[in-house]
Amino acid sequence: MKKLAWAPLGAVALAITAFAPAQAADMKSVAVTAIVEHPALDAVRDGVKAALQAEGFEEGKNLKWQYQSAQGNPGTAAQIARKFVGDKPDAIVAIATPSAQAVVASTKTVPVVFSAVTDPVAAKLVPSWEPSKTNVTGVSDLLALDKQMELLKKVVPNAKRVGMVYNPGEANSAVVVKELKTLLPKMGMTLVEAAAPRSVDVSSAARSLVGKADVIYTNTDNNVVSSYEALVKVGQDSKLPLVASDTDSVARGAVAALGINYRDLGEQTGRMVARILKGEKPGDIKTEVSSKMELHVNPGAAEKQGIKLSDELVKSAAKVIQ
Amino acid sequence: MTLFSFLGAIEIGLIFALVALGVFISFRLLRFPDLTVDGSFPLGAAVCAVMITGGYSPLLATIGATLAGAVAGLITGWLNVKLKIMDLLASILMMIALYSINLRIMGGPNIPLINDPTLFNQLQPAGIEDYVFRPLLMCVIVVLAKLAMDWFFLTERGLAIRATGTNARMARAQGVNTGGMILLGMAVSNGLVGLAGALFAQTQGGADSSMGIGTIVIGLAAVIVGESILPSRKLILATLAVVIGAIVYRFFIALALNVDFIGLKAQDLNLVTALLVTVALVIPQLKRRFAKKH
Repeated sequence: MKKLAWAPLGAVALAITAFAPAQAADMKSVAVTAIVEHPALDAVRDGVKAALQAEGFEEGKNLKWQYQSAQGNPGTAAQIARKFVGDKPDAIVAIATPSAQAVVASTKTVPVVFSAVTDPVAAKLVPSWEPSKTNVTGVSDLLALDKQMELLKKVVPNAKRVGMVYNPGEANSAVVVKELKTLLPKMGMTLVEAAAPRSVDVSSAARSLVGKADVIYTNTDNNVVSSYEALVKVGQDSKLPLVASDTDSVARGAVAALGINYRDLGEQTGRMVARILKGEKPGDIKTEVSSKMELHVNPGAAEKQGIKLSDELVKSAAKVIQ
Repeated sequence: MTLFSFLGAIEIGLIFALVALGVFISFRLLRFPDLTVDGSFPLGAAVCAVMITGGYSPLLATIGATLAGAVAGLITGWLNVKLKIMDLLASILMMIALYSINLRIMGGPNIPLINDPTLFNQLQPAGIEDYVFRPLLMCVIVVLAKLAMDWFFLTERGLAIRATGTNARMARAQGVNTGGMILLGMAVSNGLVGLAGALFAQTQGGADSSMGIGTIVIGLAAVIVGESILPSRKLILATLAVVIGAIVYRFFIALALNVDFIGLKAQDLNLVTALLVTVALVIPQLKRRFAKKH
């Protein structure tokens, strides 16, 4: 029965011999990896594929498409990066920061297009927002805060104090707070912070803003987004309007949001990949931010939170939730 | 499988061999179910990344990360031995505490090390590709760690640690300070895990607060796969089995990433891992049953 113990080794031998199938010369290959499967990241992946198809790259016809998720595991992310680099595809699309870092650390030659990375410069994927002159470019999901604050002004014209509930342990939120602290004073407003380190703290953090803020702004903080209903309750009870930064929260009770649609972000990424497949060098393509922001409004929620949205604003919205 | 992903599997397997050696100490030698590793792995990465970006040499940063891991293990042991908190619970407490501590150390959830000096690019001689050199250097590090461990657990103190795990009451009767041995064993175990975290950060582009997830499963899988490939009661062979187990496990992952032809997909990866560990656990039982019949 000694033989059975060697079964795993047999499988390893099989793994070693399982070479990737050869590709036809006119086939382009794109390898996509994400750190984890989650609705926004999946939407990016699907958007990339749709945009490639629109640009004439169809899977099975002239495109070899492969997708691997690391299922949240960093060791696997590293190994996926190695596999992809070894396969030498025409482009690797890396979705979210940890996956992008693993891929960029593994290759200096294979073109890499990152997506849904909030700050690619801080993550050292690219040296600056200008064309990198390396093998890396991509699309960031950084929120245009100035445009969001303009929206906030339109929703609550006499707002002076902007309350924000967020988790101090979340990097994306910390970045937003830092930027708001310099941006808001220029617009004649101030920031009032309320920390919610756990999602169960969101409600009490929001209540602490009553009387101290004229409006509550929320970013895509995971704690806040996961318990948005708690915020809505406070907003209605104390007539504090909520302005969100993701469009999904509007349907859940925010008054308005000017946000990124991750499917569009994926399509933007896909168009960038197509440019590389057609011969452009990734180092010559500037890192982009989301080109399309969508306005969603909820007049019913506005009424409950004690304000009325202007007809002009409602008319300009891409989606009005009744 | 391409040469690049083959060598990648060896390199990552060797890094996780250090985790597996640490898990082997806690689970097998000390019989201490230790989940601290899910926190001490990113702790090692965090300390190493902060020190390197702060201008310290990669060698010093790697040593610092190892010590940080050892301290984490020491605290878990202390919670258990001195505060009498159940072993599993003590390690869970330490694991969740480390999540916050790692965020504090890094000052954010991610520190990239993409263009910074690392042990690997500093020692890399000209004329050898990095993807070839990294597994070579890892091989040297793992062999040294394994030999040091073999030596340590044959010293009087090491034997006392093993006696504590095998039969604490008997060990105490022989005058062994079992509490102290648990502290020491946990420190060595998590020191190895911290070292692995530091090396991982230096090869994979940086430290990330989410990188500890599943470390314990990978470590255990490596230990169990190793034991079923090379069953032995001798420590020197047992530690070798653990190293082999970690590498074989990586080949299974590489296989799972290459298995379009069987119809498996990306989302099946964790299932493949669970199946692998199950098979490895069942093999020894089958062997026993088979041996009885004949």
